[in-house]
This record gives sequence, C-alpha cells and structure tokens, in this order.
Amino acid sequence: MKRGQAYRWGMGMAGLLAWRNLAHDRSRFVVTLVGISFAVVLIAMQLGLFLGFSDSATNVIRHTRADFWVVPKGSRNFEITMPLNERELYLARSVPGVAHAEALLVQFAIWKKPGGGDESVLLVGSDLNTGLAGPWDIVAGHLEDLRRPDTVMIDRLFAETLGVGALGTTVEIRGQRARVVGFTQGIRSFTTNPWVFASYRTAQHLTQFAESETNYVIGTFEPGADPLRVRDALARILPRTDVNLSEQFAARTRDYWMFATGAGASVLVSAVLGLLVGMVIVAQVLYATTVDHLPEFGTLRAMGAPRAFIYKVILSQAVISATLGHLPGITVSLLLAKASESGAALVLVPPSLAIGLFGVTLAMCVLASVISIRKAMDIDPAMVFQR
Amino acid sequence: MSEPALEARGLTLVYGSGETAVRALDGVDFQANAGEIQALMGPSGSGKTTLLMILGCLLHPTVGEVRVEGRLVAGLSNPALARLRLQRMGFIFQSYNLFPALTAEENIQVALELKGHDLAEAPALLELVRLGGRLHNFPRQLSGGEKQRVAIARALAGDPPILLADEPTAALDSINGRAVVKLLAQLAHEQGRAVVVVTHDPRVGDLADRIVHIEDGRIQC
Repeated sequence: MKRGQAYRWGMGMAGLLAWRNLAHDRSRFVVTLVGISFAVVLIAMQLGLFLGFSDSATNVIRHTRADFWVVPKGSRNFEITMPLNERELYLARSVPGVAHAEALLVQFAIWKKPGGGDESVLLVGSDLNTGLAGPWDIVAGHLEDLRRPDTVMIDRLFAETLGVGALGTTVEIRGQRARVVGFTQGIRSFTTNPWVFASYRTAQHLTQFAESETNYVIGTFEPGADPLRVRDALARILPRTDVNLSEQFAARTRDYWMFATGAGASVLVSAVLGLLVGMVIVAQVLYATTVDHLPEFGTLRAMGAPRAFIYKVILSQAVISATLGHLPGITVSLLLAKASESGAALVLVPPSLAIGLFGVTLAMCVLASVISIRKAMDIDPAMVFQR
Repeated sequence: MSEPALEARGLTLVYGSGETAVRALDGVDFQANAGEIQALMGPSGSGKTTLLMILGCLLHPTVGEVRVEGRLVAGLSNPALARLRLQRMGFIFQSYNLFPALTAEENIQVALELKGHDLAEAPALLELVRLGGRLHNFPRQLSGGEKQRVAIARALAGDPPILLADEPTAALDSINGRAVVKLLAQLAHEQGRAVVVVTHDPRVGDLADRIVHIEDGRIQC
C-alpha cells in the first residue's frame, strides 16, 4: 500500500503507521489473517447451518401459496401432527372471507427400497388441481404425472438413499406399490427424512388414512379480506384446532425445531464459540503486535502525541486486520455454502450474512484491540530516555 | 530581556521513601536561552537525564518548579503537558527511536501531522540535515549517523523553539558524532533555538555555549 492510498482512504499517518506495523512482520501478519479468516469461516458455517436448518424446517410451508393453516390443537410443527376430522374442512369453507380451503396430508411412512432395506420418509399429499401445495423445482418429470394413481416424486438429493436410480422405478410405501415419476432439486427436511410428494388421493391410499380424516386444512382469503379477522373467525368456528396465518405456522415450526429441540441452540452456541475463539486469536496477535511496538508508542507519547492518535493507530490495525481477514474467510465460506447445495445439510450464506459477518469481524477485532490500547496507554513516556 | 526558553528553580527529585529514598536531583537551578546550546555533563547516574526529563515535562519534580517560555508547568494536566511538548519541544534520543516500518520522510511526516503542519515540509527538513536523497529509505537502510540526522529532522518538525537531546552522539562514530554536534550547534546559533544536550561527549562541550556539570544530583560550580 502506497502512502497516497492510505490518504485517499482517510487513514492519515496513524493509518499508515498501523498498516506498516502490521505488514512489517509478514509472517505474523499472515498468521493474523489466517486466524481471523478461520474465525470468520467458523462463524459463517455455524450461522449458515442455522439458516440452512431453519430454511429446511419451513420450506414446504413457505412454498405453499396458502394464507392460513388449520392444524390439530397443540401442533408444534409441520412434520409431526395428529389427524384432523375432514368436517373441519367444510366448516372452514363456510367462514366469510375464506376464498378457498382444501385438505393437506402429511405422514411419516416406511419406504421399501427396490434393492432391499427401509427408509422413513415424509409423504405429502396435496390437491393438484389448485396448485396451492405440492412439489416445486421439478427437474425431471411433470407435475401432471402425479395425477396417475400411485405415483410419487422425490428429491434428487435423496434418490440414492431411497434406492431410486431413474424415473419409473417402482417402490413400496407402507406395503403399497408406487412409481417414481419425477425428481425435484434441493428440497430438504429438517429431520433429514426425505420428502415424498403425491396427489392427495395417492397419499390417502398409500398411508391408508381414513377418508374422513386429514392432517391440515389450508386455504386462501378472499381479496380485500382482513387476514386477522378471518383467522379469528376460523378459530371461533373451529375450536378444536389452532388457526395460523402461513408465516405464523412457519415461525412455529421453525421455533420448535431450532429451539425447543435444542438443535438450533447448539448451532448458535457453536457460532458464539467461534466468535470467542476468533476474538482470542485476534486479541493475542494484536496484543503481540502492540507489545512489539511499545517503544514506538512510548516515543509518540514522549513527543506529545495525543491519546487519540495512539487509539487511532491501534484501532486502524484492528480495522485493517478485520477487513483483510474477512475477505478470504467469507470467500471460503461462500465456496463451502455452494458445495453444500449438493449435500443433505444446507449451509446458507446470503449477502446479508456475509455483510453482517463483516460487522461482527470488525467488532471482534476492535474489542480484541482494547487490551492492546490499555497496554500502549500504560507506557511511561519517560521510558524512551531509559533505554 | 526576553524570557528564558526553559527555567528550573530548586528542582529536587526523590525516588522511594524512608531509608531507601534516593535523591536523584537536589536543589538544581537551570536556565536555557534561545540561540544557545548547553551541554549537561557528568558521570553516569549523576542526574543528567533526570533533569532533561523534568525539563521536557516527562517527569514531575518532588520539589521545585519548571517554566517553559515563562509558563509555569506545575498543575498542568497530562494532556496539556503533552500539547506543550508537542508544540514547543523537539526530542532527540540516544537510540534514535525512529519508526522502523516508516521511511525517513514518513517518520518526519508523523511528527508534522501531530503538530498540524503540512506534510510536504518533510523533504525540506531532510534537506536541512543533508539527507535530501534519503527520503524513501527505511531506518534499516541508513547508517547510525543518518538515523540520528533523521531523528533531528523529526525533532525540528513544527519548528519547535526548544530541542532536548539525550546522548545524541553516544552510538555514533567520531565523524558522524562531530557532524551531529555541529548540526545541533548550528540549530542553536543560526536558527535561535534553545538546545539542551545531555552528553559524555567532549566535542559537544567544545561547541556548547555553556557546560553544566552535574554530580550526585547537584550542579557543580
């Protein structure tokens, strides 16, 4: 970095001195940047996993075009639910402000692989005529193919797990034969049980669910209807159920998987640990850099440099380290996130996380430099005459 | 007659207390005037550097007072003392105390920026100490004499009326030592600065307007 650049960046001589102090000992500077990058990758991976889990936990709910969900009383998540009497569907349709309502079936089932062996899957049966729910991101086959009896779609990510090599493979679900007629791409579940999509009738047949029962009633509001008032009206007429707006049910499901089970909390704890490890690494390196340059800080103080100048030097060291450490760290994180798209566990590093992590890295480095500032300010300026 | 640049009256500095107390300075009076170079001489541990530190507002005396250009420094806060040092004094150290990661020009520019002066003055200051061709050299690329001349140029940044030097020739060979001494005398005589030099070097004594001998914390007549 030439001095002119330092000025253009508004760093002044304090910034230049900070940069040169860091770059003067190249091997230590590389260790600093590796340490910060490592912390960034650690935090990005943990938070990315958290976002990935969160996304997987609610993706089916978020991809329905329903405005409301009627769920069995006390249901805390989408996957594990009790039966709902189909009567609730007809009652829901009678509520003013409800434009449309339909049943949705979600059941765990045993999938017998063609080559032998069982897998537990989550079967989703929806009304194909309305398109309110059902598979998305179809990469092989067509939604219309599910209209044929006993046909299902699975995600490519789980094709090998489920023993499906190609479209047309015949499998057994709960002892009933079914044929795979399509693949989706990238639809994961929080429980890691593969989603299996089918028409409502097929799902009812494969799970041998009673015709009078279902799992959910989903629907849309009439244009102009007040969502909260219609929801409350539904709740009054369906007292044995819980009625949620779509985003409420997604939040409820996410909160259950991420926090009630402790899975998300453990990921967040790992992220915090990553932050702490990063801070310790950065604090150590910045402290060592400051200690190495103590005589220079002593000289500055003897010359009469104001405290602000010395703060600026050390904080500039922190900001430079954070900026240069964040770049490789976030690059590696984005590459790992890209690689995770073909795996069962999704790591999501959206731009907001990448930018937010820069703020975290900056805060981490600045906090870590506080100890160094204290050390530099504790120097007796008279020390420069005692060498 | 104008105020002395530096004036000290009855300076006493005692380290420790009781039986272990050490009297580093004992009733020292001192005066430095503009346009004069003074040499503080005496054996090691006699109190020369202690006196320089007190004159430079880096150490508070146990008893006595210091005036800088007539202004009493007792009672000034640490930031006010730092401002006084920054604006009115330039320091030259035995070990040069340059910033090793900065070039000669940048070392001077740090001082210029701290004193609120134009950074473009740095080349002229280096020219003054006859190092105009060494602007972009780092301290490791300079000889001991050159480093000390850069340190003098840095001390001159902001045009301070007082220069305080601690053993500026101790680490230099005779040729470089003589050049530094001549430069310091020139800065006093030609530019009207008050220069105080702590030294063992008799060459400084030869060029000094006044030699102050200190022994056991007392000025010897």
